[in-house]
Amino acid sequence: MRLRLVKDDLNLDYFKRATIWLGISGVLVVIALISFFMQGLNYGIDFRGGTTIRTETSTPVDVGEYRSALDALGMGDVVISEVFDPSFRDDQNVAMVRIGAQDGEEAVSTEVIESAEAALAEVAPDIRFVSVESVGPKVSGELIQTASLAVALAIGAVLIYIWLRFEWQFAVGAVVALVHDVALTIGIFSELQIKFDLAIIAALLTIVGYSLNDTVVVFDRVRENLIKYKSKDLKEVLNMSINETMSRTIMTSLTTLIALIALFVLGGDVIRGFVFAMIWGVFVGTYSSIFVASTFLVKLGVKRDWTKPDEPGPAGTQFGDVDA
Amino acid sequence: MLQIDAWKRWLIWLTVVVGLLLAMPNLFYSRVETHNDAVKAIEGGADTTANREAEALWPGFLPSGLVNLGLDLRGGAHLLAEVRMEDVYKSRMEALWPEVLRVLRAERDEIGTIRWNSAAVDQGELRVRLVSQPDAMERAIELVNALRQPVVSLTGQGSHDFEARGDGDELVITLTEAEKQATDDRTMQQSLEIIRRRIDEVGTREPTIQRQGADRILIQVPGIGSAAELKDIIGTTAQLTFQPVVGRASNANDAPGAGNEILPSLDQEGVFYILEQSPVVTGEELTNAQPTFDQNGRPSVSFQFNGSGGRKFGEYTAANIGSPFAIVLDDEVISAPVIQSHIGGGAGIITGDFTIEESTNLAVLLRAGALPAGLDFLEERTIGPELGQDSIDAGKMATIVAFAAVLIFMLASYGLFGVFANIALILNVAMMFGLLSMIGATLTLPGIAGIVLTVGMAVDANVLIFERIREELKTAKGPARAIELGYEKALSAIVDANITTFITAVILYVMGSGPVRGFAVTLGFGIITSVFTAIFVTRLLIVVWFERRRPKTIEV
Repeated sequence: MRLRLVKDDLNLDYFKRATIWLGISGVLVVIALISFFMQGLNYGIDFRGGTTIRTETSTPVDVGEYRSALDALGMGDVVISEVFDPSFRDDQNVAMVRIGAQDGEEAVSTEVIESAEAALAEVAPDIRFVSVESVGPKVSGELIQTASLAVALAIGAVLIYIWLRFEWQFAVGAVVALVHDVALTIGIFSELQIKFDLAIIAALLTIVGYSLNDTVVVFDRVRENLIKYKSKDLKEVLNMSINETMSRTIMTSLTTLIALIALFVLGGDVIRGFVFAMIWGVFVGTYSSIFVASTFLVKLGVKRDWTKPDEPGPAGTQFGDVDA
Repeated sequence: MLQIDAWKRWLIWLTVVVGLLLAMPNLFYSRVETHNDAVKAIEGGADTTANREAEALWPGFLPSGLVNLGLDLRGGAHLLAEVRMEDVYKSRMEALWPEVLRVLRAERDEIGTIRWNSAAVDQGELRVRLVSQPDAMERAIELVNALRQPVVSLTGQGSHDFEARGDGDELVITLTEAEKQATDDRTMQQSLEIIRRRIDEVGTREPTIQRQGADRILIQVPGIGSAAELKDIIGTTAQLTFQPVVGRASNANDAPGAGNEILPSLDQEGVFYILEQSPVVTGEELTNAQPTFDQNGRPSVSFQFNGSGGRKFGEYTAANIGSPFAIVLDDEVISAPVIQSHIGGGAGIITGDFTIEESTNLAVLLRAGALPAGLDFLEERTIGPELGQDSIDAGKMATIVAFAAVLIFMLASYGLFGVFANIALILNVAMMFGLLSMIGATLTLPGIAGIVLTVGMAVDANVLIFERIREELKTAKGPARAIELGYEKALSAIVDANITTFITAVILYVMGSGPVRGFAVTLGFGIITSVFTAIFVTRLLIVVWFERRRPKTIEV
């Protein structure tokens, strides 16, 4: 007996409430943007400069004690939090200490790290500093720029690729969906104040890749069906294509989710934020390829009459059938 | 019809076998690592029995490439340093002064008295005031310009190394852009080389020392205790100079007089020396330095200058017998002996209050050469080995669970075809490790996430194909035709979907650094191997099965 998650003859209309779906997405994006501009992101030291120290002790962490030890040093913005993870041993008590960038310092200052470590060792004699990371403000500013550029470049590059392989309407639909995914991911990081560091940028780009993967598979089928059913309405062709590929969409999303959830639960706290971003991305990416990308395609319309002389090739540009 | 040429079959199997062979050393990680270290040691001349035994742990005919573990998995230190180029410009200017003084003084009648505004070297300018005859500026510029040298570089053809101009009664000498460019490149190469040598002297495994951008150096050393320790190894500039002593001072804020500077003594608290700012000889002209003992049996360092350094040193000592002379290391006076006699041959000895360890270290630093400029550390990270090990354990566990879950899920969904896809998935991950080992890529924690993600997404190509076969089966063309059509029609979706993901992986690789780059590498390789295994390997498996069984109907 085979596991079938989607009926063979699935026949849903995805555009009956297109306006509602687009509306919901629009509202969510707006909320995400408001959250981003109002409370901003909880940037890690990669992007704001400063120092994080990960400590381990065999005795329980007393955050208050750590705080008073560090406050005495007058280092300005200091955040201390205890870290919990199921993979920790019983006598493994972990805390993260974040010290903001010191005023007027371009580079990393060793004294800050050393005095903080000394102060912590006073209150917790068996403390070990399992990782110490420090980023100067000069670099962190550049990292933000590079990261934003990377995301923009990735979106631009796929816009061009899809434009070459399909039609500009497809490219616009796909890119709107991508921007939607990226905005919602940034939004949830801002809303939940999860630490946003360089690895999250990698996750964002992966989401871009994943969401696109989904969108492209649907679009590929649309392209094929547009040729096959020349007289059918675009909306009908899109519905048909989405229904036909639904089984695959669910299968792939599920296998990816299974793998990611395993990593989320078992992979340790160091990459949990990163994995969370990707899990979130699989959800929004899958949703957006149907309800954003395809809906946009319906709204934009695709040129169907290929007998006009100014357009080469059927249902695709001259690059459309390179590998097909 | 379903068929694949025999040569193609062999090629596919061959590729798989090569991939597996390349991946195999990773299963015996520590054994192969010991073997590799031993091989390197033997090549380096340490042909001991212990090394021979270690080498024998792994047969030489098998591939021995390993996936390197990144700092976040192995533990170690990471530094991003910026080279202070102004230092170099400054010392260039300081070195130019004696020359300028010589040519201007030779024409004293015309130029009159001159005074060096030595504070301006901090801005990379050599400023000389024409005190008595400011009108002689043109002549002075002419004289100084005669000292210029053409710039030796590809882009700087036709330009000179510095420019002289008049600013009021001051003659201003600055480096040209072309010369600065050439100097920057030279300085970076020198710094990289010196840092590399210093780290090699300590002998850690596989350090990464890379230039980043115009003036930055990335240094990653696995297995080292902390970034502070690493900074101690490379951070000491070991800038050695020999400077004439003008006098002594009791505190650092005394006015040293034009062209002089005040430096503290290394070991005597409260003792300061007034020195001439332009050195007679610098450590750059050293050819050798060894720890040794002086005639009283105290640890000291002997050194040897090259030809020109030895000549300058000889001339100076001959002319200044009876005067004190300072040996300065990193702006601290190690000692200021009185010159007893002419020191010919360019050899000498530095005595001071050293321990044996200190004299050995000093000799190492001097031998490796001085860093041409100071370093600012913009980023430093230390990851302890325990955290790395925890991450590896967690990553392994997660990968195994993810793997098992996906295998079961595929089996439940596609039955026999699921088995084919699962075989492909296992081969896929193995080949991915093979590729990573082949190019000696670095596996980071996000890289492990990349592998897990690939496990999840790799089945996508097979899912696309199987779903397509299901659809084609509905139109009842017979199993063989359905399989063939399934592959054919799913291909364009597979190609498009994977190329777009690949594009993002490439961008991530180009723009990213460190762990993020590690993620991009595994993601990118994962795409390549998953497309290969899905399109070629599962197809071959299905074809072989189909030829044997010749089923009338199939269920996917």
